[in-house]
Amino acid sequence: MFRPDTRTVRRRGALGMMAALGLSVSLPGMSARAAARRKEERPRSLITLWMNGGQSQLETWDPHPDTPSGGQVKSIPTSQPGLQISEFLPQMAEQMHKVTLIRSLTSLEGDHARGAAYVKTGYRLEPTLVYPALGAIAAHQLPDPKVEIPQHVALGADNFFPRGGYLGNEWDAFRVFDPGRSLTNLRAGVSDERLQQRVKGLDLVSRQFAKARPTADRDTQHAETVRRALKMMSSEQLKAFELDDEPSVVTRAYGDTRFGRGCLVARRLVEVGVRAIEVSLNGFDTHVNNHEGQKTQAEILDPAFSTLLTELQDRDLLDSTIVLCITEFGRTPRINPAKGRDHWPHWFSCVVAGGGFRSGLVVGETPADIGEDGSDRDKPKPKPADPITVPQLYATILQAMGISWDDEIITPIGRPMRFADAAPETRLLTEGRAAEVIS
Amino acid sequence: MKPLAVVFCLFVVGLLLFLVIKAGEAEAPQRAPAKLSTEQDIDESVSRVNQWLRQRWSDEGLEPAGLADDLTVYRRLSLALHGTVPSLEEITTFMADTSTDRIERWLLKMLADRRFPEYFSDRLARVLTGVEEGQFVIFRRDRLRDWLSDQLAADRPWNETATELIAGDGLWTSQGNANFITAAFVDKEGLDENKLAGRTVRAFLGQRIDCAQCHDHPFDSWKQQDFEGLAAFYGQARVTPGGVIDRLMEEKKPIEFEVIDPGEESGRVVPPRVPFHEEWITTEGSRRQQLASWVTHPENRRFDRAIANRIWGLMFGRSWYDPVDDLRHPEENPEDEDLLDVLGREFHAHGSRLHFLIRLIAQSDAFRLSSEVPLADEELYSRMSREWAVFPLVRLRPEQMIGSMFQAGSVNTIDQNSNLFVRFGRFTNESDFLKQYGDAADDELLQQSGTIPQALLRMNGKFTRGLTETGPFSAAGRIMRFSGDDESLVQNCFLACLTRHPRPEERAFFVAELQQAGTAEVKVRKEALDDGTGTLLTGADGTPADSTATTAAGEDNQQNGTSEPRSRAEVVRDLYWVLFNSPDFSWNR
Repeated sequence: MFRPDTRTVRRRGALGMMAALGLSVSLPGMSARAAARRKEERPRSLITLWMNGGQSQLETWDPHPDTPSGGQVKSIPTSQPGLQISEFLPQMAEQMHKVTLIRSLTSLEGDHARGAAYVKTGYRLEPTLVYPALGAIAAHQLPDPKVEIPQHVALGADNFFPRGGYLGNEWDAFRVFDPGRSLTNLRAGVSDERLQQRVKGLDLVSRQFAKARPTADRDTQHAETVRRALKMMSSEQLKAFELDDEPSVVTRAYGDTRFGRGCLVARRLVEVGVRAIEVSLNGFDTHVNNHEGQKTQAEILDPAFSTLLTELQDRDLLDSTIVLCITEFGRTPRINPAKGRDHWPHWFSCVVAGGGFRSGLVVGETPADIGEDGSDRDKPKPKPADPITVPQLYATILQAMGISWDDEIITPIGRPMRFADAAPETRLLTEGRAAEVIS
Repeated sequence: MKPLAVVFCLFVVGLLLFLVIKAGEAEAPQRAPAKLSTEQDIDESVSRVNQWLRQRWSDEGLEPAGLADDLTVYRRLSLALHGTVPSLEEITTFMADTSTDRIERWLLKMLADRRFPEYFSDRLARVLTGVEEGQFVIFRRDRLRDWLSDQLAADRPWNETATELIAGDGLWTSQGNANFITAAFVDKEGLDENKLAGRTVRAFLGQRIDCAQCHDHPFDSWKQQDFEGLAAFYGQARVTPGGVIDRLMEEKKPIEFEVIDPGEESGRVVPPRVPFHEEWITTEGSRRQQLASWVTHPENRRFDRAIANRIWGLMFGRSWYDPVDDLRHPEENPEDEDLLDVLGREFHAHGSRLHFLIRLIAQSDAFRLSSEVPLADEELYSRMSREWAVFPLVRLRPEQMIGSMFQAGSVNTIDQNSNLFVRFGRFTNESDFLKQYGDAADDELLQQSGTIPQALLRMNGKFTRGLTETGPFSAAGRIMRFSGDDESLVQNCFLACLTRHPRPEERAFFVAELQQAGTAEVKVRKEALDDGTGTLLTGADGTPADSTATTAAGEDNQQNGTSEPRSRAEVVRDLYWVLFNSPDFSWNR
């Protein structure tokens, strides 16, 4: 388990090192926890629960029991009158009155890498420009100088971790593969004193490097990056990554899984003021034995997601935190001979809660039965009612976070780009938030 | 034990030994030629390039920086051609060669070394197919790389290489070039002609027309129909179980390339068409062969300019025009010709050979300039850097970073002659490191800033920890044991990691640290001897024993806040850590 034990750099030691590096510690000191500021006045955060591999809408948020495409799953009533979801999500069923459920999200990509790139950025993968993930845009647009740890974090081992793209790789998510258990590369492995001696030597060599190269410090940012890395190694805020002080009843409620711990760490990071966190859950690519595969993963998702929503609400953080549960594409209505479902980008579901999104809203409807035709690749696909595209959803999320979705940024190749490629759907937002956005 | 078992064991051991020996005797290391032959003399071409550069600097009112020392140039070449810093072993031999043309001769040696095609083929493979994994069964990146490597080793003309990539037939396993085509295969849909058209123009003509797939290019004269016309050249290519071929008929119908416009039910036939200079196309051969003839036509300056910009980028880390594959159309007026025209013309006149182009760039003034200047004017320095009047500071790419760390961790050169374990260690470390550090993906020449996780990985990661160890086989350990005095110890560490001598301040600082450790160690030993534990810590003769060195240099037995003096091994290890984390290490300079 990760502990800031004797081998981790102490704050005082780090300040000494930074002084040795000839660097003024110009960043403001740590404030009281940003969590002190609750509700509306808090800058918004975004937690994305990434269902890696393609979560089946039919076994989760959009079941069609007793139809040819429905499979074996049953539906259960939820806290939102008239709304039914899969029996695999009993705890979430009690939370549905708090969320916006979109059953008609559409994508253009049915391949994992391309689908993930599209759903993470809102833009199709193209060879000449890498688009930033939604979380990278949020972190880039809403910086908080008091946060000493990265503003964009990915928890869990996701193949397609969120990148900074054209915003620069400094906006790539900081990756923690085993949340709550260990942080890699944050321990110096030597005593404070020895680290100070190392830093002293490094400072000497770095100064020699910059001596006859007038813009070296500015161009390379080398000393600055080392300074920030040292600051992070010594930051009290790193505790947000640990779970030692969480009561066991809480850790149990999230579920003793990597994803459950990730969701709990995500809540702690939001409290410190981290802008965007992705928690990923693998294992949804159920080409074989879909029913069982989706069930196992839904059972991991259910307690973690519902506890996260409950805890955020209990701590007055849900109004300022958007929680988005999304996947790269849905799965085919048709069940294949291996009892699996294949990739289906034509419609799939996502859940958005908090941060100004409406409660108890259900958007879109999908055909209950499309029979064999739906999976015939040569025939046009039926369409869901009231479709929402990924760019529309992301423009709405950006607006809800107070970021202008249509701000243009000049990319490294000189092409001006907007953060989102569609206008927001303000009907997804609460009246107050929508009015604020429009004004 | 039964005799049969003994024989079997002996056989297994013998077989293993045989394999290890075989793997170790790959080929004799390349030597620099004693003298350059007349045909290796490229001075005239170099002087034409330099003339252009000097004129440019003079027009801009810039006085170029002084020349870099040979060791620095050697490091640049090694990073560009082998992806690592040179080994201490190589540096020592290089320094012993005192002739004035040693750089030119060593450059030939480096091009003849197997490390060059192996490293450079990976760079080219990324340009051709990106880093997407593609369809596993029919896309074999390793075969493409091996094929490119063979072309590079044989210095095959670039136009021939390009032709085989665009127009080659055959099975992706036996014909590595066919993977350029199969990389664009999409499951259930077949070849993506648009992707191939975009890649062809970017890789071989250095221009981007991808956006013209959906609309006319916003700033350039590329039209959507240009894109479609180029894609149509790939319209008859098919991936069959027998390999990549072009087919004229399918199901008794002629194959045509069709584009379905948005909202339309059926497609319209698009004939193959090039956007300019139709007369360059040969009328014979398959559509792909026709396209290749147009792309590589001797008068198609884009073809030469594109590779000149690319190789310039790989040599410096920054292309002449950035982005590397977004070049404007070439100027028609000879007075407006730029450096790429000069390089391209020389390259073309010398058989379109990449070895020549690399040597031409490496011998140009721009490559030989120092990155240091005796002035403090930031604005002027930036301008000089933009105009290549000073060698630009460019961050090492991830693979150069781990390659250099791994090489600096060994005194001997890590190449095809290294033993199996060393090579395997490098391979696994490299992929592991790239996963954490972040791979540069397709656009390797995109200038990116360093990140905090990267700094943390360099400072605290297992790679730094392992490669700075002072054990008997590591570079730090061997340098510590065999350097003679403290001054040469510090010097050897600097040479192994940074390919430069320490400056007087640096030498004084680290020598003092070593001497302090020496005194402290004697004191500790004395105290230990007094209380009877001395033999555990030191050799009987009073010199620091290896066992002391290795255990005391360990990082994990340290407790926080203790103020025990560092041992000599710890000081060496810390020096190595400093050098690994210094800007000198992670920047091309």
